[in-house]
Amino acid sequence: MPSGTLQVRQISGHSGSVPGAGVQREEEVCKYIDVTTCIGCKACEVACVEWNDMPFQQTTFDNTYQTMPSTSWNFWNLIKFNEHPREDGTLQWLMRKDQCMHCEDPGCLRACPADGAIVQYTNGIVDFQQENCIGCQYCASGCPFDIPKFNALTKKVYKCTLCSDRVGQGLEPACIKACPTGCLKFGTKLDMKGLAESRARQVREHSGFPNAGVYDPSSIGGTHVIYVLHDVTKPELYGGLPSNPQIPAAFTLWKRFAKPIALLLGLFAAPAAFFHYVAEGPKEAQPPERPSREVRR
Amino acid sequence: MSTAVERFDEGARERFGAHARTIVHDDELLRHPVYTRILHWSVAGFFILALLSGFAIYTPWLYRVLTPIFGGGPMTRLLHPWFSLGFVACFVFQLLNWLQPMTWTRDDTRWMRRIREYVANTERREPDYVDFFNGGQKLYFWAIVGSAMLFLVTGIPMWFPRTFGRSMVSIGYVLHDIAALVMLVGFIVHVYEGTAAMPGTLHSMTRGTVEKRWAWTHHPAWYRRATGRDARADYDDAVRQQAARTSGADRGPGS
Repeated sequence: MPSGTLQVRQISGHSGSVPGAGVQREEEVCKYIDVTTCIGCKACEVACVEWNDMPFQQTTFDNTYQTMPSTSWNFWNLIKFNEHPREDGTLQWLMRKDQCMHCEDPGCLRACPADGAIVQYTNGIVDFQQENCIGCQYCASGCPFDIPKFNALTKKVYKCTLCSDRVGQGLEPACIKACPTGCLKFGTKLDMKGLAESRARQVREHSGFPNAGVYDPSSIGGTHVIYVLHDVTKPELYGGLPSNPQIPAAFTLWKRFAKPIALLLGLFAAPAAFFHYVAEGPKEAQPPERPSREVRR
Repeated sequence: MSTAVERFDEGARERFGAHARTIVHDDELLRHPVYTRILHWSVAGFFILALLSGFAIYTPWLYRVLTPIFGGGPMTRLLHPWFSLGFVACFVFQLLNWLQPMTWTRDDTRWMRRIREYVANTERREPDYVDFFNGGQKLYFWAIVGSAMLFLVTGIPMWFPRTFGRSMVSIGYVLHDIAALVMLVGFIVHVYEGTAAMPGTLHSMTRGTVEKRWAWTHHPAWYRRATGRDARADYDDAVRQQAARTSGADRGPGS
């Protein structure tokens, strides 16, 4: 975990090797969510609301165990429940902890026009800085997971921070700390990916789910929240997890490349007009007030 | 172009005119009554505010430069749609007011075919068929109509993204930008043509009048309608009078 940036390279008057020299630091963090062992207890939901000190929000009952239909500006962590009838007639009760995925290539950050409103730390956490947010909500349309939520009162957008305040102090996120089954884990991306792969193999080989696998979508460069799913070929079953999340081209091709070029081309009209005046001169009302003797060159 | 619209505009022009002072000298013509002038500058004011607040959010290069004008990023975002609504609301009245003189005719297509000569500034006077507005002015006007509709159709989903959804916003975002670029280029050309490129034109939009010389030079067909006189004949007269005033050594303006 990023618990400091002071790593010793040389030591004066020191015999022998330098302790810690040549150590490679794996800085990227990851949240591991094993959907197959989640019991839907919602302890993570409560822990999130508590740690982030968010005001109470009215919940909505829609004939499921789900707290509300989707995450909201003050409710960043939601277990999504889905009753899935399988082909053999049995029922599968799927529950997935929904929150910001902390994409390696974040669509929200790509879409945001406000300087400094969204940052991505070197450890992979994508964090909103509300003091710089202008409330345009482009982030929401850039996000493939429908995560950023607008507060109409403050005119700012909010989402899961992966507890960047806790992680910065070497602690795990609040949801991880609260999880009673150990289906949530937190560590380096490398470790969590390895753990997820071995758990997925276990589910495939010993629990009768041949399509079990790890959800870490490459279309957005991977995510810093990964899932172990019973059936990784149908992520949509788990409360609408997209199988191929994409950032709209408006925020990649258009915003990054075409927009600045198009603006420069457009502004070219100003020097063009100026030099037209210099080269061709004005169209005077005819005949001009100061009479002739003009010779055109 | 219903008669109700014409009656409404005529009434508005009269009511505004009754409260205004537009002085027309004998060598001048009234080009824009005060109703038109007030509409024009209301549209222009909202347009510039919307343009600046929009381009503040358009690219990170301009964000730090332009957002302080409006009191910071959040305020810029808050105000932009209202500036735009002001622009659209005022422009609707200008659209009604100018529907008749802005109607595209075959003469405008003819004018467009010779736009190269117009830009190169090779002819002293516009062709005799050019009426109250020339083809270029009409093109700019209808480009504003088109862009304003595009702005509105794409801007409202961007204003209320939760209602309209993610894909509407991301498509609208690109179209909104394209409309803005068209308007930016059109605006730069419009300001140039209305000021430096054609002396006397700005005055028609500030105090309402133009010299007769200006009218027969740039809008001969309108000159004929407004005065009942032939633009070419009056121009030739003026040239002859000028030649008589100056001494015989003068060659007089060639073609």
